[in-house]
Amino acid sequence: MLYPAEPMPVEVAPPRRAATGRGAVCRAAGLTLAALARLLSGASVRWIASQPDTCQRVYFANHTSHLDALLIWSSLPQPVRELTRPVAAKDYWSRGVLRRWLAEEVFDALLIDRTDIKVHQSPVDLMLREIGSTRSLIVFPEGSRSVTGDLGEFKSGLYYLAKKRPDIELVPVHIDNLNRILPRGEFLPVPLLSCISFGPPMWLEHGEAKASFLARARKAVQALKE
Amino acid sequence: MNDIRTIALIAGVLLLLTVATAVGQFLARQPDRGLDPAAVNAFNLRLRGWWIICTVLAAAFWLGTTTTVVLCGLVSFWALREFITLTPTRKGDHRALFWVFFLFTPLHYVLVAYDRYDLFSVFLPLYGTLFVLARVAMAGDYKRFLERTAKIQAGLVVCVYCLSFAAALLHVKIRGQEPGSGANFRLLFFLILLVQFADCMQYVWSRMAGRRPVAPEVSSTRTWEGLLGSATSTALLAAVLWWAAPPFEPWQAALVGFVVAVMGFAGGMTMSAIKRDRGVKDYGTLVVGHGGVLDRVDSMCFAAPVFYHLTVLVAGQ
Repeated sequence: MLYPAEPMPVEVAPPRRAATGRGAVCRAAGLTLAALARLLSGASVRWIASQPDTCQRVYFANHTSHLDALLIWSSLPQPVRELTRPVAAKDYWSRGVLRRWLAEEVFDALLIDRTDIKVHQSPVDLMLREIGSTRSLIVFPEGSRSVTGDLGEFKSGLYYLAKKRPDIELVPVHIDNLNRILPRGEFLPVPLLSCISFGPPMWLEHGEAKASFLARARKAVQALKE
Repeated sequence: MNDIRTIALIAGVLLLLTVATAVGQFLARQPDRGLDPAAVNAFNLRLRGWWIICTVLAAAFWLGTTTTVVLCGLVSFWALREFITLTPTRKGDHRALFWVFFLFTPLHYVLVAYDRYDLFSVFLPLYGTLFVLARVAMAGDYKRFLERTAKIQAGLVVCVYCLSFAAALLHVKIRGQEPGSGANFRLLFFLILLVQFADCMQYVWSRMAGRRPVAPEVSSTRTWEGLLGSATSTALLAAVLWWAAPPFEPWQAALVGFVVAVMGFAGGMTMSAIKRDRGVKDYGTLVVGHGGVLDRVDSMCFAAPVFYHLTVLVAGQ
């Protein structure tokens, strides 16, 4: 069996920088951007049968806009936010000084190389190495932003993540209306109102097949749409 | 604005709110009176919303004309947000909407703040319309073109243009009064009071005597009896409070009250129709117990322009 069902001994590498050790400028920039994103997107945050918690979690959400990760990040209460790292595409976020600074210093994002995914250098291993035993992640299992606003099929990364660390809580998140605020291909936002819903945590069932788990996870996000 | 009439008006509203709050709290502690606890709860939530609204208004009045215009602009901005959020738009409308929100709405309120009636009275209905039509056309998506542009226009006119007439009241020149003085604030206060009172009376009369809904498909709670009762009650209140609104004689105040109530009713019906079409009950969740901003200001949007023009007509005599 390729992946053992019990938690793999994960080498606990401390995060590159402790979350609290970020510079004052980066913290201020983070807070400002979070406030700005909340204001601009008029987001109301709902926790449905779920509570914010500092335990290790993977938030998985539908992906419709560049603002998604920032908005989920800013919807979390401050102590949780400090521990949570968005996963973002390296090809986009490491281009240019500003983007790289935002991704690396302000949001402490985990940049994944979408163009260079190999078996031995799988992004899932990298994610698990980076979060150690304390930090949480924001992931978008669809892989890229949806054009129509509909929920696409989930890529298998979430399954392997759950399989290697069955102890981590998987929290479904649904983002509503953000694709109208900043659609794909636009850079000027229209300040409509959006809604972020956090659902109840889920885990990989014992012996659950990949396809049925991914379908269940996708349904959990879809269910939050109501 | 430190004149006796303004103070009397503010004290009256505070007294009314205090008494209503006391009654609400009393009713909430009497579970076995056979009252509907949900209705009492709704009443108390509504009162809490009014306290918030009154506090913000009082702060703006105290800070002056420009602050009040800016506040009104923010309300418009938020109402438009709710309006467009509930209106399906397509990606081709995105750029037009960006300019509508960040250029046309603020610019309109700048014109209002500088008292340029000659410009702000045509800016949105004329140039706003032309811009929206042209920009959406240039975005290259022709599907349901007229329908989409009409939606944006309707939002602009109702949420921004109409509502700004309330702020424009602060610049109306009244004989024998300093422009921008307490008299202008009292006018605005008078309008808000009448609109809120008419809303309330419409609800009460419909509950007590309502039999024939005006349009049952749109709203089952808005009845002819409610409309007539609210218009009469509001006319009465306006006639009693005529001393607070500078240019009006008692009979003129009563007429204004009547018209404001009818217009407020029309605004409520219009928004109900839009909400029915979209299958929602409320526009948002900003002030507890008060639907959304748009639910609060829908009657005001329709009443403000008429009130403004009636005031100018009477004050200009």
